[in-house]
Amino acid sequence: MTLTTTTTTTTPKPGPPTAAPPGAPAAESLRPPRGVFHDTWVIARRGLVHMKRQPEQLSDATIQPIMFVVMFAYVFGGAIAVPGGGSYREFLMGGIFAQTIVFTAFGVALSLAHDRKNQAVDRFRSLPIARGAVLGGHAVASLLKTLLPIILMSLCGLLIGWRIRDGLANAVVGYLLLIGFAFAMIWVGVLLGSLVATPEGVTGIAFGVLFPVTFVASTFVPTSTMPGVLRVIAEWNPVTTLSDAVRVQFGNPNAPPAPGDPWSIAHPMAYSIIWMVLIVAVCAPLAVRAYQRSITK
Amino acid sequence: MPNHAIEARHLVKRYGPTTALGGIDLDVPTGTVTAVLGPNGAGKTTAVRILTTLSEADEGQATVAGFDVRTQAREVRRRIGLAAQDATVDPLLTGRENLVMLGELHQMSRKESAGRATELLAEFSLDDAADRVTSGYSGGMRRRLDLAATLVARPEVLFLDEPTTGLDPRARRELWTVLDTLVDRGTTVLLTTQYLDEAERLADDIIVIDQGQVIARGNARQLKRQVGGDHVQVIVADAGDLPRATRIVAGVTGAEPVVDAATRSITAPTSQGVAAVVTAAAELAAAQVPVDDLSLRQPTLDDVFLTLTGSTCDGPDNADVAIAQEASA
Repeated sequence: MTLTTTTTTTTPKPGPPTAAPPGAPAAESLRPPRGVFHDTWVIARRGLVHMKRQPEQLSDATIQPIMFVVMFAYVFGGAIAVPGGGSYREFLMGGIFAQTIVFTAFGVALSLAHDRKNQAVDRFRSLPIARGAVLGGHAVASLLKTLLPIILMSLCGLLIGWRIRDGLANAVVGYLLLIGFAFAMIWVGVLLGSLVATPEGVTGIAFGVLFPVTFVASTFVPTSTMPGVLRVIAEWNPVTTLSDAVRVQFGNPNAPPAPGDPWSIAHPMAYSIIWMVLIVAVCAPLAVRAYQRSITK
Repeated sequence: MPNHAIEARHLVKRYGPTTALGGIDLDVPTGTVTAVLGPNGAGKTTAVRILTTLSEADEGQATVAGFDVRTQAREVRRRIGLAAQDATVDPLLTGRENLVMLGELHQMSRKESAGRATELLAEFSLDDAADRVTSGYSGGMRRRLDLAATLVARPEVLFLDEPTTGLDPRARRELWTVLDTLVDRGTTVLLTTQYLDEAERLADDIIVIDQGQVIARGNARQLKRQVGGDHVQVIVADAGDLPRATRIVAGVTGAEPVVDAATRSITAPTSQGVAAVVTAAAELAAAQVPVDDLSLRQPTLDDVFLTLTGSTCDGPDNADVAIAQEASA
């Protein structure tokens, strides 16, 4: 069907030619697609406005990490020693960065669940938008949203005595690793948000799963203090290596390498990157499929 | 563009053991309004979801604006507007932001989209609230914005799923007026409703569905004719007069009247129209039977519905089942 036939035949009743009334169906309403990047950005902008209007939704990325900083730096911190010496507060910051990044998944899952609850999903699906733009928009918005806690935590760290001690270049690599890991966690969030029906369910699972995962790790205490099985889990937990890698990049105190360390602990950066790639490779396809299924009921 | 903006053949949709649509046909001529009328759970929303590409039919096929909803979904989406059952405007965006975003997603430029938003906000009397977040809107305002949102790209075919459900009578009437102007512009509209007066008021054609089946179709007049013609109704002032009055009504109409002692009413079908009322009035006066009310009753669409489905459309049992079905849909 061409545009011309559309124009001539959308006039419902034959009659004397008159000017089309405003709002009448017209060929100009058929616009060429502007592409996936345009559509993705429009939906991402909506996500950013949501963030601005509902700052309490960001508590997992703002209040919560600050609370942990205060709690561990001032309440528990005095009782925790870093093997190899150095300030516990500086040790802590690497863990806080890692924990905040892992919680990216929670934010994504929550916004997907809200979209489904508010029927925004149906609205989007009835529009002529590019395939993947809705998920892409969520992903872009979430990635931009992680910049906020990264900056906030850096400032918070500076206040309590944390410093970048190994040059700017290494620090930049550290920040890039965090952003890369956030990207991976977005797909975990999409998967979670697609499989769990309600925002309440998402909150429950996030706190039931993400908290243990970030606690059985070197996030707040060195793994060497943990007993048997827990220590093995922590040593192979990517949250441990992410925390450690960030500490290395920022030149902060960290448990020194020992001869008996597993490969993960000896190569935190490489091990974290492997996980990052694995998460994307496994979760992204599963997440996209689960998302498609969740919206086509 | 075909003569029919919407054509559907034998649409079937099952959800597990439940059949939501049992093979319905639909034809909506271009530039007309068709109402799909039915109780909760009849399959109205399912039909709309299939026609707006949100859901795939298990069997059958459909075209909207000449394009197949399954294989040419994108072409369909460029030409339709959908107002879903619950207004789906974004609660955290302002009215204006909602419309601009939808315009952009309809592939307009930001500038064109902003212009269109201003136009629509004025047209739907939302200019005062334009820059407020919609979570603070009243139900009627949210519906108006939702309707405005469906018109952003000037669709050829508009789907309105229960557009006035949950609105108070005044907001309902306001929305009807808005819908009138749309229809005057020649937009094809498919609307679903549980309200018979709404279907009668807005639609050229009415399709009555129940339990996933079309049980009647036609315009309001044709549907009423299916239930039979006019009825004479007498309400006597004193229940003691019921037997006498009943004999008179039976004599006038030549039919067996239905007597309801509780409301003191006597009803009988007649083919004589107003003449039957005049005769009955004269005879009742002559017999000195005091009467509270005497009228010629035309069947309402409620009567049509009750006659065709054999059930009330809002009985408690029915509604419960219906809600369960709609939820699973």
